[in-house]
Amino acid sequence: MGEPLKFEQSFDVEGGSFQNAGNVSGQIKNILKQLGVPADIVRRVAIICYESEINIVSYAKKGKITLSVSDEAVKIVSKDEGPGIPDIELAMKEGYSTATAAVREMGFGAGMGLANMKKYSDHLIITSEVGVGTCVNMVVMDFPKILHPDLPPVTL
Amino acid sequence: MTLKDVQDILEAEVLVGSDQLQKPVKTAFSADLMSDVLAFAKPDSLLLTGLTNPQVVRTADILDITAIIMVRGKKPSEETIKLAEELKIPILSTRYILFETSGRLHAKGITGCIEKVGGEI
Repeated sequence: MGEPLKFEQSFDVEGGSFQNAGNVSGQIKNILKQLGVPADIVRRVAIICYESEINIVSYAKKGKITLSVSDEAVKIVSKDEGPGIPDIELAMKEGYSTATAAVREMGFGAGMGLANMKKYSDHLIITSEVGVGTCVNMVVMDFPKILHPDLPPVTL
Repeated sequence: MTLKDVQDILEAEVLVGSDQLQKPVKTAFSADLMSDVLAFAKPDSLLLTGLTNPQVVRTADILDITAIIMVRGKKPSEETIKLAEELKIPILSTRYILFETSGRLHAKGITGCIEKVGGEI
């Protein structure tokens, strides 16, 4: 297998669309499985995506989640047009939340989202501008071809 | 233990996945907060919860949960059922409260998918 593994796709996420929250994460999970990514990594990335998606749905007008997979790592970039985060350090604290009742009714909004995203990624960088939006860059490393030297061909 | 045994212990109604009752189960996680489920639950466990919205099914799918047990007699909405059927995730409904549901399963050998938090992923 001389071909380096390289895959990238972006997914639009609609703000306020609680009904569809999780759709994109489900798609990304299936793509990673098809790419032959080990189950443990798939799960970590899926959790990261799902929390990102919940955040976009909960707070932003709209957003985009981009999945990039290479031989070395899986990268997730979650970029939204939303209110922005005035104090990122505070927002990262477990238990800190500005979520609405609707978000809490779904079983989220308890101030665990960003903490979970940090917990399951190896690198996480947040940039945010109040009134403009937030971008979260996350990388899950240690990966695919090292563990799976004979990755199957990608069929999508 | 299989899902069928779980159904018997909890006198539960199978709402989705009656064809999957032979699946084995050893561990479980109980919570109404999905972010906690995402933080701590392990694959191939049962998810015991009082929430009934589609996000419970999504969470279960993301984590490869074996089955969802809805406690306190809760019944999911039509769209929750639809999503569970689509994603092939069994849903059982029991009238026992969360504490009793957890206790009865634990007494029969189902253990927590983690014992306590701290330090591990």
